[in-house]
Formats: sequence, structure tokens, C-alpha cells
Amino acid sequence: MREFGYQRAYDVSGAVALLEGDGEARFLGGGTNLVDLMKTGVERPALLVDVRELPLDRIEPTGDGGLRIGATVTNSDLAAHSEVRRRYPALAQAVLAGASGQLRNMATVGGNLLQRTRCGYFADVTSACNKRNPGSGCPALTGEHHNHAILGASGHCVATHPSDMGVALAAFDAVVSYETADGPGELPLADFYLPVGETPHLETALPPGALITAVTLPPAPVAARSRYRKVRERASYAFAIGSIAAALDVQDGLVQDVRLAFGAVASRPWRARAAERALIGARADAENFAAAADAELADAKPLPHNGYKVTLMRNLVVAVLSELAEEATR
Amino acid sequence: MTTATRGSVGTSHTRVEGRDKVTGAARYAAEIPFAELAHGWLVLSTVARGRIRAVDTEPVLAMPGVLTVLHHHNAPRVDSDYVGLLGARPDPTVALFQHDRVAHMGWPVALVVAETSEQAREAAEALVVTYDDEPHDVAFSAERQTEAYPVDSHAPAVVEKGDLDAQLGSSAVVVDAEYTTPEEYHNPMEPHAATALWEGGRLEVVDSNQGTIWVAGELANLFSLDPASVRVRSEHVGGGFGSKGVRAHQVAAVMAATVLQRPVRVVMTRRQMFSLAGYRSPTAQRVRLGADADGRLRALEHQSLNMTSSVHEFVEPSAAASRSMYGADAHHTASRIVRLDVPTPTWMRAPGEAPGSFALESALDELAEQCGIDPIELRVRNEPERGPVSGLPFSSRNLIACFREGARRFGWADRDPRPGVRRDGRWLLGTGTAAASFPSGAMPSTAAVTAEADGTFTVGVNAADIGTGARTALTLVAADALGVPTDRVRVRLGDSDLGPAMIAGGSMGTRSWAWAVTTAAEELRQSLAPGADIPPEGITVRSNTAEAIGALAQKERHSFGAQFAEVAVDPATGEVRVRRMLGIFAAGRIVNPLTARNQLVGGMIWGISMALHEEAVRDRATGGVYGADLAGYHVAAHADIPHIEADWVDDPDPDDPVGIKGIGEIGIVGAAAAVVNAVWHATGVRHRHLPIRPDRVLMADGDA
Repeated sequence: MREFGYQRAYDVSGAVALLEGDGEARFLGGGTNLVDLMKTGVERPALLVDVRELPLDRIEPTGDGGLRIGATVTNSDLAAHSEVRRRYPALAQAVLAGASGQLRNMATVGGNLLQRTRCGYFADVTSACNKRNPGSGCPALTGEHHNHAILGASGHCVATHPSDMGVALAAFDAVVSYETADGPGELPLADFYLPVGETPHLETALPPGALITAVTLPPAPVAARSRYRKVRERASYAFAIGSIAAALDVQDGLVQDVRLAFGAVASRPWRARAAERALIGARADAENFAAAADAELADAKPLPHNGYKVTLMRNLVVAVLSELAEEATR
Repeated sequence: MTTATRGSVGTSHTRVEGRDKVTGAARYAAEIPFAELAHGWLVLSTVARGRIRAVDTEPVLAMPGVLTVLHHHNAPRVDSDYVGLLGARPDPTVALFQHDRVAHMGWPVALVVAETSEQAREAAEALVVTYDDEPHDVAFSAERQTEAYPVDSHAPAVVEKGDLDAQLGSSAVVVDAEYTTPEEYHNPMEPHAATALWEGGRLEVVDSNQGTIWVAGELANLFSLDPASVRVRSEHVGGGFGSKGVRAHQVAAVMAATVLQRPVRVVMTRRQMFSLAGYRSPTAQRVRLGADADGRLRALEHQSLNMTSSVHEFVEPSAAASRSMYGADAHHTASRIVRLDVPTPTWMRAPGEAPGSFALESALDELAEQCGIDPIELRVRNEPERGPVSGLPFSSRNLIACFREGARRFGWADRDPRPGVRRDGRWLLGTGTAAASFPSGAMPSTAAVTAEADGTFTVGVNAADIGTGARTALTLVAADALGVPTDRVRVRLGDSDLGPAMIAGGSMGTRSWAWAVTTAAEELRQSLAPGADIPPEGITVRSNTAEAIGALAQKERHSFGAQFAEVAVDPATGEVRVRRMLGIFAAGRIVNPLTARNQLVGGMIWGISMALHEEAVRDRATGGVYGADLAGYHVAAHADIPHIEADWVDDPDPDDPVGIKGIGEIGIVGAAAAVVNAVWHATGVRHRHLPIRPDRVLMADGDA
């Protein structure tokens, strides 16, 4: 069998030290994605550094009214947390829309951000894939791509990021904290994922060997009225074919504040800033919601078999913002 | 004998082996320990067509634990030129490692055997096989009809009665529509697994299959062995659905056990099952119906095309299913095949009927719409007195009784026939119905029933309990025939040494086995003098039903059913969710209502899955299946399954000693059509291509 080392870390500096300089080592959180990929041979780490025992499993309020979520908080605990549900309901909904109860009990916040694409070519080691084997090609471009990206992709990779949680975090301007041997650092989620370009195998801006320690949500009053809607081919246990995290504040019929992020359309959770800009100050009605969606989707570059995602995302924007607007007037 | 007891048949009974299964005491094929066991791992081709240039075994043989690598240069020779138990030649794919040709992506090219499964896998993944690649063709579509040809299967390929063009020409209403179904995979919970060993000059195989005598016969033929020197056992089986006959894993295990002279186990991975375990071919079907204004059919044409491999002709007889359903003066049905560089498809639950009923029962719904007639009334008007093509009488046909009972319980009478007018928030609601049928048959089987000295009875019948509850059903049947309570009956099955018997297939298993068990048990009961002593070795009576079954009159023998579904469709997202489903069946006498309901509901769930989820996508560039695992191949999960009910009307088969017809397959028949017809009723859009994915709903423009 393929042998690999396993070590458990008990403090952050120890975990970082264990991984340092070893390109073949990986941090192990819940293992709900990494272990699967090891079974299929996509990942072949020489060493696993288990970080589940690190003291990073707390969710704490920040002084300014935000929340700091430890990297090893499980998906289940995150979704159940009363302050998350009260202040950022779309985040709790997003987490609960993903995976299964068993998986959510294992999966961690840090690992969720780092999960790999569910592209079938990526998962099949006998197939070409620029993300897994740079330079080998992207069969999805001319092959199966019903559930591939319409935004921000390149001719080198059209894979999507599968996270639900990340979509809500993107909408709420989350900031990722990490630790390296050289000390701590921070990355806004907007800068956390790298553009696909010619290097789809380089996925995040984390420095080599960095350990995610926390995700911080800044205060966002608009988030209190927010929603996550996930569309998938079966009612559970499937990744999204399109999803949306939305928050809306309407005063006197006009949009005061809005947050929109899309899932399953790009290599990262896609913050829909063009749509948001189009909506600020506009009347909160279906026509403007549709126009805002169109502004965001103007840059969409669908492939022959995933053009439906443009329609789907437009419909989702209208449907979910309309629901939120209606609730605001109740 | 004690006081006669009857009445076990028809009474719900939990599985007699249920406790063993839930506590883990029941061992499945890959779990049974053997001393000196070695493990084989299959190596599959990474090209879809070509020749093997070289198998570089040397580095792999030096890896830890590796015992041997079998491939086309060194594997034992086998003979695949024979006719097996089911009257067919084997798919030559099972003649492993006999030549250098690769006929499809995932073709077995080598077996690596090692001391542990992990060592075998690592070595198998390290084995370098080089190929002379050739262009391949896996592109199935309706356009391939021009290259297709008809092949007879268990049903004739082409049956034509009457002048089709003339009847279509004189019809007031004509439906002419094309339907497609995708590649679908059995995916039983338990992967295929076999252990082979030689013991005292006999080949012993512990396997997971649907008929031990069948697999034993195939192995005896392949390896040119005396059938008596092959024993195959298969006690517990975690699902088969048609995929568990003779397959690469048993053949590879026998080869390695022969070469190494020690027990060898070969287990398929889930991913390997997508190229080695068979599948349901995609179909492209065309149905033309011609009817008078009142809906009475004048013409019925059903053409079906499926793909098969370049090495074996397998027919998915989707059109044959129409021959017993509805009468028409002109009645033309044909199933054709086209050969591509793909694995050979095989039987999958309700072969023919499952995809065929989707097309025919959708077309009937379209006809009802065009005629402005209620879909159930349309079927009543086209109910035949005798076999529409054969002219034979039906043994019993209670289709309309199923519709009437189903309509009453489903609330069909209140249905507004107009499509697209019911809303519940963001959801459009609709209801649909469809008919189901599946042939009822029995095949010759043997059984032995022994009265033991301790007052219990042992039944030996080579049945296969593939999760259906056959062992329990046969316990009830034997108890009634013997006139004793069930706890005095023990059933042994799944062992080729028990003698010839029907496989678990064709919905014929329980009926065939029950016939043999009843025959032996009743004779034993009559021969036992009350109060007489039983000798220590017991008293055994054997039966063979060949003669009785051969004497059956020719009739149209089928189970029937009526499927009802209510769906919700979100037109903004394309999501389709089933809200409730009801199936009423006329399927013979029901032996064990508990497990029968489980079988029928299981089939209906599969029909939901077929309508909305299941689809394997074959990548035209590689020739292989994209996303070949249970994350990529979606089946209905718990949240997709709503309130779902199966029940039956009284319908004992008059020619069967127990009254059984068979229930293994009919649950899936018509189920997809009921869902699809409900989607039309919800949205006003006809979906003729399965599955009804969200993107198909979203992009549908009138008709899809």
C-alpha cells in the first residue's frame, strides 16, 4: 500500500513546524475531502499533520460586532451557533445545504475553504487535467461540462469551487487568518482564491505551509436578513449547479444595502459586485433585480452545455431578492 | 405430523436472516476468511480501442508482496464457445486475458495478485501497460439507426401485424414522438466479489451472484471442467439487479487460484463496476400511435435502438414490451442494436420494460392530451381481450382494476386535466399516471425437503436471495405446504451443490423456487404417517418441476400495475421534486407483504431516479464514463423520496400452485412515465429525454 506519515499537532506553531518545508505534507482537518482524494490517488501526501486537536474550535464575537470563527470549528457547530444564525443566517443555511449530517460533523471551516473541485476529470487520475497535472489539458472544455464554470474561467480550466459555506462567507466579506513559520497573516476572501489564468493548479494565495487559523466576519447589519438558496439535481447529497447567498436592506422601497454571491459558477465563490453596484439606491423590484443580474452575468462565457447557468443565476437573483424584499415590507 | 397450520403465505414476516444482517453476523462474499488468501486487483485499459503492445510486469513483480501478474501472454486459456444455462453464448468479455485486443475503455488487461489487497492495488496502479491506440466510436444517438440491425433476444426483434401506413393514414389523431434514455448502471450496494480455491480436486468459488448453478456452469464451460467438480456458493448478496452473473472477477479469481494453487479473492471497485459489471444501454425510441377521435388505437408502432459492444450482441428489447399492452389493427414493434466501442450492456431491472414503458406510456399520455380524454379512460378504451399481437388469452389481466383502485386512493377524480395551472408558492404542481406490466414466468427448478428427526424441516433449494427476501418467502411457502409454523422450517440456498434451479432474474425466481418447494413439501407431508418415527437421517423428498412447467398452456402471462405520481416543478430553477407516489399492482399472490412492499417501493423509487437523476455520461474523447462513482452518478437519495405507497389487488395466478406471478421488476415499470407525465401536467412541457435535469426544464421551449 502507499504509506504515509501521520502526526497530530496540539498547538498552532507546532502544526506549522511539522509541515514546514515539506511539499508532500498536508494538514488534515475533517478529512472529508482529502481522504477521499487519497483513496482515488489524486492526493498522495507523504505526511498528514492532523490539526483537529488545535485550540481553534471556538466561535467568538469580535469587539466591533463581528464573529471570529476558529478554523477547526465543524460545519455542524457553525450552522448551529446562535449568533451565526441570528447575525448571518445565510451562512448557517449554506452550511446546512451541503453534504450530510455525518460529513458536517467532521468537516472543518478551514478545510471547507480548501476543498478541491468536484470536476470528474480532476477526480479521475487516468484523465488529463491541468489542475491535477499542469499542462496535460482540460477535457471538460470539449467534454462533459454541464456543471462547470461560466464566470472567471480560462481556456486552461473551467472547474468550479464546490463550497456552499464559502459563498456566504464571500457575501459577508470574510477575512481568512493564517499562521506561517514567519508569523501570522490575513487575506480577505476576495483575494484568497487566485485567478485561474494559466495556472489552475495554484488555487489560493496562502503562502506555502500556511495553516488557516480563523475566518472573521466583519459586522454587517444587512446580513441579518439574508438567505442561501442552492439548486441541485437531487434534493440532498449533491453539489450545487447554482447557488446564491443574498442579503438585502430595503428602506422606503429603495435598496440601502445588498450583498450577493454566487456558487457553482466559478473557480471560487463569486462575489457579484457588479450586481450590487447596480442595485444600491435602486427601487427594490423584480425588474431591477433582473437588470442587476444581467450586469453581473454580462461577462459570463458559457460553454456549449452550461449556458443554462446564466438563466439559472438570473432567475435565482430575482427570486431570492424578491423574497427578501417582500419580507422587508412585512 | 402435528396439527396442520396454514396461513403463513400472505402474512408479513421479517427476514429470517435479518438479525444476522443487522448484527454483521451474515458474511458477504468479500468478508469470508480463508487461510492463505491472496488478493487480486484487476488492471483495466486506459484506451477505448486498440492492441496491447506490452505489459511491463518486471518492476511490479519486484514490489512488496506481489505474487504474480496475469495477462494475455501467461493467463490460463479458456473456451468461450459454448451455450450456457440461459441458452445464450457468453459475452466474450469474460474470456479474460486471451488476446491483445482492447474492445472498450476499462477492458480488463491484467490481474495483479499479492499477499494483501493493498499491495495488489498499489502494484496494479503501478503496472505500465502500453497500447497501440486506434480511433474509437462511442457516440450513441438516434441517428445511428442507419447502421442498426435487428437481433432476436428472448423476444423476437421485429413483430409486425397489419398495415401501419394505412391505419396511421386513416387515424383522426396521430402521436409521433421520439424518446431517449441514457446509460444507466445497476450499482448494487455490494460490489462484485469472488474467492476461488481448489480443494480436493474441486473448484470452490465463494461469490456474490444471482444464481450459483448458472455461474458454476459458466465457469465449468470456460475452464473445460466437469460441472460436478465446480461448486459455487453465494449465501448473502447485497443487490444484483441483473449485473451479477459471470463477470471478470470470478474468472480472474479462478485463473489466479489455478496458477498459484491457493485461494485468491478479486473484488471490483465501484469505479471498475462502471466498465466490468454491465449496464442498461441508452435507448433511442420512436413511438407512433394512430387513433380514432375517441382514442381507440388503430396503429401502434414502437421502434427501439440500443447500443452494444463490438464483441457481443445485447438487445434491450424496449419495443417488445408494447406487444402485450394495447390492441391496434396495425401493430409494429422492433428492437435494433448498433455496435460501438463500449462495454456490453446487460439485463438491468425490467430490461426492455423499464425504458420501453417510459416511451409507450408517455406517448399514451400525449394521445390522451390530443384526444381530450382522461389518461385512465384512454387505457380503459384500449384494453385488449386477448394478446394484441399473439391472440392468446391472458392468464389474468387486472390492469384496469389497478387503475380504478389507484385512482380512488390517489384522488384522481378531482384532477383538472389542464396543464400548468396549479401553484404552491414557487412550485407548479401536476399529477400523472402510467401503466406497468412485466412477464410472469416460471423455469424448471429442483428442491429437496427433509423431515428431520427433531420435528423440524430442512428445505434445500438453490435459490438466490439477492436482498429480495427470497429466503423468507420460501420459508413461508414451505411452512404452508408442510402445514407447520415457520419456526420449524429452515431454508438452505445459494449453493450449486443443491442442484439446478432458476436464477434470481426475470421476476421468476420466487415463483420457480416456490413451485419446486411446494411440490416436494406437499409430497413429504402426505408421505409422513401421523406419529411415525423419523429416522436419524430424516426423510427427504425431492422435486423437479420441469414436467409441470412444460405442460403449462400457452397464454399471455403478465403482472400489471398502475403508477401515480404528483410532482412539483420550480420553473425558475428547473428543480423537479416528487411529492407523492402510489403504485397499485396485480402481480399474483403476494407471499410476504412486508418484503413485497419493499420490492415494489424499491422499484418505484428507481423509477423516480430514472425519471429525474440517473445518467452516466460517456466521454466521447476518452470513451469512458465521466464521474464513474456514486458522487458522479446520482441515484435518488432519501430527501428525493416522498410519501410513497405500494399496494395490490387480488390477482392469484390460476396456473401456479402458490398463485405467484413475480414482483421483482414491475415496480420500476411505468414509474418514470408517471413522473414524466406529471411534469407535463405541472408545466405543460413534454420531456422526452431522461433524466429531466434542471437544465432541461430551464431551457425547455414548448417541447423538450
